Amino acid sequence: MAEYKLMKGNEAMAEAAIQAGCDAYFGYPITPQSEVLEYLAREMPKYNRIVMQAESEVASINMVYGAAGAGFRSMTSSSSPGISLMQEGISYMAGAELPCLIVNVNRAGPGLGTIQPGQGDYFQSVKGGGHGDYKLIVLAPASVQEMADFVFLGFDLADKYRNPVLILSDGAIGQMMEKVQFHPYTRPVVDKSSWATTGKPKTRERNYITSLFIQPERMEVHNLKLEEKFKLIRENEVQFEEYNTSDAEYLFVAYGLSARICQKAMDIVREKGIKIGLFRPITLYPYPYKRLEELAAQVKMMLTVELNSGQMVEDVRLGVNGKVPVEFYGRMGGMMPTPEEIVHHLETLIQYHHAN
Amino acid sequence: MPTEEHVLPETALDVVTPACHEEEYEVVYHKPATMVDVHMHYCPGCAHSLVHKLIMEVVEDMDIQEKTIGIAPVGCSVFAYDYMDIDMQEAAHGRACAVATGIKRLMPDKYVFTYQGDGDLAAIGIAETLHAVNRGENFLIVFMNNAVYGMTSGQMAPTTLPGMHTTTSPDGRDVSYYGAPIKVAELLSNLPGAVYVTRQAVNSANGVRRTKKALMNAFKYQQQYKGTCLVEIIGNCPSNWKMTPAEASRFIDEEMVKTFPLGDIKLPQADNLKTV
Repeated sequence: MAEYKLMKGNEAMAEAAIQAGCDAYFGYPITPQSEVLEYLAREMPKYNRIVMQAESEVASINMVYGAAGAGFRSMTSSSSPGISLMQEGISYMAGAELPCLIVNVNRAGPGLGTIQPGQGDYFQSVKGGGHGDYKLIVLAPASVQEMADFVFLGFDLADKYRNPVLILSDGAIGQMMEKVQFHPYTRPVVDKSSWATTGKPKTRERNYITSLFIQPERMEVHNLKLEEKFKLIRENEVQFEEYNTSDAEYLFVAYGLSARICQKAMDIVREKGIKIGLFRPITLYPYPYKRLEELAAQVKMMLTVELNSGQMVEDVRLGVNGKVPVEFYGRMGGMMPTPEEIVHHLETLIQYHHAN
Repeated sequence: MPTEEHVLPETALDVVTPACHEEEYEVVYHKPATMVDVHMHYCPGCAHSLVHKLIMEVVEDMDIQEKTIGIAPVGCSVFAYDYMDIDMQEAAHGRACAVATGIKRLMPDKYVFTYQGDGDLAAIGIAETLHAVNRGENFLIVFMNNAVYGMTSGQMAPTTLPGMHTTTSPDGRDVSYYGAPIKVAELLSNLPGAVYVTRQAVNSANGVRRTKKALMNAFKYQQQYKGTCLVEIIGNCPSNWKMTPAEASRFIDEEMVKTFPLGDIKLPQADNLKTV
């Protein structure tokens, strides 16, 4: 059994990158995730891997593009304003079908916002983010352990689908310390020789990486190919976690840090004799619409809790499709709700729906 | 009714040349085998096709097709990978040097070059370019300077000459409003990371020979020296200059070189040598 270590979320993620065989990391300092670059700047050279502080997030993501296009396991991380700067590069990578891992340690916005945790980048993360038709595979860790685990999963999914994968974390999970275990990992063998730009031998046609298809007929064929891939992802990669749903009459729906807070709120509510469960999407794209639809047949009401003005709640409503009321409670600006605050809001809603 | 022998070829390029018998003719010139044998989309008299060929001649002469990775820009030469028979990556506008950094850092034994125009390199991509050179990234930047945005059909570039008419400087570039043209080669030569910086032009036979020599040097220096090589090439853009190819070639001699003087600006020094 692997030993437990006490680590910050950001450091656990960085250590996982090394253990996952990340060949190259390119990044730029930004609070609250600078520990990733700092950790890797210290550790990566010991493994003869490439780590580089770029001149901007724009440069970071394009360095990732180059390294990924040459077939290397490549990664960057940042926080919200930096991730906004990367959207161009991310769109190009999705268009050129390049695998890579991107981590967003979400802080509150818009604009420069604050360095405190937030979940306001949900729409940007799961609905595309940059220009054009594409999707990222989006993983939402709710613990330091998952910060580490999803690095391995993220790299593997990126290679499997030739698509960028985003870990959507937040400033609290990035900064907090928890115990974490690193399990032995075997990197899947992936043959990239049919597309990676490693130099053209006489024995094959040239490989080129591009997202440019100037003829509309060819562009649409490429779009359809990407859509086919996203369909496969939706069919095969949905992940979620449920707590106390078997007898639940009410349901919290929350991801990441919000799910951690809701877990405590759930315990308080259960002690009061109210049968409530918690549904935690792990993949935000693909989204677990189907399971939410099933749960809608069972519960009387859902309460979505987020650190934003109400973003994921739209996807919950899409899944539930009007079958039961889907309510929302959120805090913004880097503020986090207490479990008691959520409990109070839930009780008020239960009374309101009972009276109506 | 025209008989078969009277049917004209569709384009001049389809004109059939008489069969060549090796015993009768010596082959003195051929298109490099490292070029893809297709028609190019470039305008008549454009410098891009010529410089593509020069790079690919160098790759052929040095026998490094298997070891060379190119980065295409956004601009007229966005399709460079359709013509160069090597592995290539197409970068976002201005980001070629960042992409090249990612490639070369992971594969230091390969020959890596970016091919960028003046809008791509000197406007939107100046940050990526400057920092790559400052780090002494060990690749070659081929910088095509024709003082104009070609692909978007003739807008002002950072290198547009003072007083030069473009679609976005219809009264001529006013330097009091837009500043003076950026002398990219001189600017970047000031950075310690630059080992070889030269400016050439491809508007004459001599210029073409010198440009090829500069490209050959730059490819070789990648293996010999630590640092970045920059070959700036003054090229014709007859379509957007509203000139014939011959007028455009004269314009380079008469006007462009006043702002962009030709020649070597920085040569590798002994202390730039890679230690084996």
